[in-house]
Amino acid sequence: MSVRSSKAVRRVDSDILIIGGGMAGCGAAYESRYWGRKLKIVLVEKANVERSGAVAMGLSAINCYMGMRWKENTPDDFVRYARTDLMGLVREDLVFDIARHVDSTVHLFEEWGLPIIYDKETGRYKREGRWQILIHGESYKPIVAEAARKSATEVYNRIMVTHLLRDKNDPNRVAGAAGFSVRDGAFYVFRAKAVIVSAGGATHVYRPRSVGEGAGRTWYSPWSTGSAYGLLIQAGAEMTQMENRLVVTRFKDGYGPVGAWFLALKAVATNAYGEDYERRYTEEQRKLYGDYVDSKPFPTCLRNDSMLREVRAGNSPIYIHTEKVLDTREKEELGWEDFLDMTMSQSIVWAAQNIDPKVTPSELQTSEPYIMGSHATCSGAWASGPSDLSPKDYFWGYNRMTTVRGLFGAGDTIGGSAHKFSSGSFAEGRLAGKAAVSFALDHGDGTPEVDDAEVEALRKAVFTPLQTYEVERNLIVRGTVSPTYIFPGQGVTRLEKLMDEYCGGWGQFYTTNEVLLKRGLELLGMLKEDLARVAAQDLHQLQRAWELSHRVWTAEAVLRHTLHRRETRWPGYYYRADCPKLDDKEWHVFVNSRYDPATGSWTMSTRPVHRLVP
Amino acid sequence: MPTFVYMSACDGCGLCVDICPSDIMHLDRDIRRAYNIEPDYCWECYSCVKACPQHAIDMRGYADFSPLGHGLTVLREEDKGRVSWKVTYRNGQTKEFTFPIRSTRPNSIRPPDTFPQEGDMGDQLLAHEPGYLKVEKLPGLQKVE
Ligand SMILES: Cc1cc2nc3c(=O)[nH]c(=O)nc-3n(C[C@H](O)[C@H](O)[C@H](O)COP(=O)(O)OP(=O)(O)OC[C@H]3O[C@@H](n4cnc5c(N)ncnc54)[C@H](O)[C@@H]3O)c2cc1C
Ligand code: SF4
Ligand code: SF4
Repeated sequence: MSVRSSKAVRRVDSDILIIGGGMAGCGAAYESRYWGRKLKIVLVEKANVERSGAVAMGLSAINCYMGMRWKENTPDDFVRYARTDLMGLVREDLVFDIARHVDSTVHLFEEWGLPIIYDKETGRYKREGRWQILIHGESYKPIVAEAARKSATEVYNRIMVTHLLRDKNDPNRVAGAAGFSVRDGAFYVFRAKAVIVSAGGATHVYRPRSVGEGAGRTWYSPWSTGSAYGLLIQAGAEMTQMENRLVVTRFKDGYGPVGAWFLALKAVATNAYGEDYERRYTEEQRKLYGDYVDSKPFPTCLRNDSMLREVRAGNSPIYIHTEKVLDTREKEELGWEDFLDMTMSQSIVWAAQNIDPKVTPSELQTSEPYIMGSHATCSGAWASGPSDLSPKDYFWGYNRMTTVRGLFGAGDTIGGSAHKFSSGSFAEGRLAGKAAVSFALDHGDGTPEVDDAEVEALRKAVFTPLQTYEVERNLIVRGTVSPTYIFPGQGVTRLEKLMDEYCGGWGQFYTTNEVLLKRGLELLGMLKEDLARVAAQDLHQLQRAWELSHRVWTAEAVLRHTLHRRETRWPGYYYRADCPKLDDKEWHVFVNSRYDPATGSWTMSTRPVHRLVP
Repeated sequence: MPTFVYMSACDGCGLCVDICPSDIMHLDRDIRRAYNIEPDYCWECYSCVKACPQHAIDMRGYADFSPLGHGLTVLREEDKGRVSWKVTYRNGQTKEFTFPIRSTRPNSIRPPDTFPQEGDMGDQLLAHEPGYLKVEKLPGLQKVE
C-alpha cells in the first residue's frame, strides 16, 4: 500500500465550483459573485491563478473587441466573420452572445489597470486589425487573477482535478469533482450544486515540431492538457467539432504569433524567391472547396492551405518580411513588445541566431495541431445558448450548460463558437457564471450526493501510478525501461506519434484517411489500456499521469470525429485524402459525439447548423 | 530557452516553485536551491524569472535550435508599473525595451459584491451592463427570414 494513497480525504462543499482559473475561470468567479452574493464559490486550479493558463506570460493584444461605442462593429458583423473563417460551421447564437457582451469585459479590464493603447489621432483604442486592439499586456493574468481571488470564497491552487463526480440519484447531473494536491498528496472531493469547467485547450496531443529539450516550445501552452475535454467526455457530455483542430502559421521555432506583424505592421509573406503565393492556387482550391475561396477575409485554414501547397511545390522557406516594415523606433518597439509580452522565446531565437528583424526576414511555418475552442477553431462541449437567441434545439434552460445537468463550461471548453480569444473567454466565463448561479438558486435544496463507493474507487485509481512505481521498480536495477509500466512522458510521446501518423499531424502534411484513422483508433485503444500501467515517481509525475489521461481521451474524440466527417471541411487544418472535397450538401452540419459512461460506448451524430444572422 | 538557476545566487526561498505554471521549478532537498526538473516542459514564460527576488534564474535558449551566446534578461518592477528587457545577441549587439504593465496600484480592484446588485437574474445583462457596454442597450438579434 502506497503511503500517499492512504492519505485522508478532504471534502469541500460549495454552491459553485469552478475548475481552472484561466481567463474563463476568472470571469466565472467574478460574475458568479456579482449575482450570487451569499453563495459559496470555490475556484480550483492545478497551478497558481496568479500565472496560470495560456495567458500566464502575458499577451500583447486583445483579439476580440467590437468597439460598439464607436460604431466600429456590430455583433452581426462578428458572426459573419467567425462563420466565414470557420467555413460556415459555427453556433451563431453562442458567437453573437460573446460579441454583444465582450466590450463590457474589456472596459472592466481597463478599469482594473490593464493598459490599453490608444490611437492618438482618433482617441479610440488603437486597432491591430478589425477585431484586435493593442495592449501592454505583461500583467494581463495577474490583473485578472486579482479580480478572481477577490470574488471567490476560496481558491485552491495546485489541485489537479482528475474526474467529475456524478449525482448518486441522477446519473446525468454533475455533483462535483475529485482531484489531488500536487503539494501534499491529499485527495480532494469537491461537491457543488453547479460546476463550471474552464480548464483550457490541448497541446501535445500531436507530435510537436520542436524536439528534445525544446519540446515544451509549442505555440499554445504545454500546460493546456485537454482536461476540459477529458473531464467532460468521461462525464457523458455531448461534444462538438472535435475534428476541427487548429494549425497556426507562426514564426519558425520560436512560434511567435503573426497577428501584429501582418495586421498592424503590414508585413508581407513570400516564398523563398520573394514571390507572393497566397492566391496562386485559387483555381485548384475552387475545384475542391467551392466558393469559399472567394470569402473575405480569406479563411485562416485556406491561408494555411496556400502555404502548404507552396511548401510542397518546393518553394520554402516562407518568409515574413519584417525588415521592410520596421522603419521607425515606434514600429520596432511594437514588434518587439509583441513577443516580449507573449512569446519571449521568439526574441531568444532572434538573439541566438543573430536575426535583427530590422535587417533580416524570418521564416514562417505551420504548427502542429492543437485542440481549442477559443481561437480560429471551436472544438468543445455542446452547450445551451441564451434563451433570447437560441433556436429550440440549441437551448435547454441555462446558458452555457452542457448536456449534463448542472455542468457548465466556458472558454476553450465550449465548442461551436470560435474567435473568443482571451476577452471572449472571460466574457463566456461571466455568462456561465451568471447561469450557474441561476441553476444553484433553482436547485437550492441541498448539495447533490456522491456515491461513497465510487469516490473510494476513484481515490484508489488516482494514486495507482505511485503504487505501481513503488512496487514494480524493484523488478529492474534502475532506469526508465520497465516491462510492466511506462512513465507519463513515454505515454505522451506514444500519443503524439500515433496522432501525427494516423490522424493528420504535420509529419503527414496533415493528411489522413479512413484506413489510417481506424488503425489509429486500434492503437489508441491499446494506449488507453496502458493508462492503467502508468507509473509515477512523485506527485509531479502523478499530475503528468492524469494530464496524459485527459490528452488520450481528447485524442480519441478527435479520431472519432475525423472518421465520422467524410469530407475535407477545413483544408490547411487537415485533409481526408479519401474525401478531398468540401461537401456542403452532406456535411454542412456539426459532428457531435457522446461517450456513455454507463456502457463505455460512443455514439456519433450530426446536428443542424442554423443561420441566425443574414 | 529553458530556465537554469545560478548556484551562487539562489537562497531557496521557493517563490519560483510557487509560481511556475508547469510545476517544474523544484527545490533540491540536499542543497536547498531551486532547479528546473523538466526543461522539455518549460514554456519560457518567464513567470519564475520575474518572481525571483535574487535574480538567480536565467534562460538558455532551447538546445535544439538556439546557438549559444545569447541572452534575454528581465526586470519587472511592480511598484513602478513597468517591465524592462535586455536582449543580447550572439554577435554582441544589444537592444533594450521598457513597457508599462499596469495603470492602477496592485490590489486596487473592487470586488464585484461591493457594487449594488442591479439587474435581474432572468435577463441577459451581465454585471455593470448596459453601462459598461457604453452603448444604450444590449444588442439583440434581428430575425432572418
Ligand atoms: C502565445 C499565445 C498568444 C495568444 N495571443 C492572444 C492575443 O493576442 N489576444 C487574445 O485575446 N488571445 C490570445 N491568445 C488566446 C488566449 O490565451 C486563450 O483564448 C484563452 O486564454 C483561453 O481561455 P481559457 O480560460 O479557456 O483557458 P486558459 O486561460 O488556458 O485557462 C485554463 C486553466 O485551467 C487550468 N487547468 C487545466 N487543467 C486543469 C485541471 N485538470 N485541474 C485544475 N485546473 C486545470 C489551467 O492551469 C489554466 O489556469 C493567445 C494564446 C497564446 C498561447
Ligand atoms: S519559464 Fe515558466 S515554465 Fe519555465 S520554469 Fe519558469 S515558470 Fe516554469
Ligand atoms: S525564487 Fe529565486 S531565490 Fe527563490 S528559490 Fe527560486 S531561484 Fe532560488
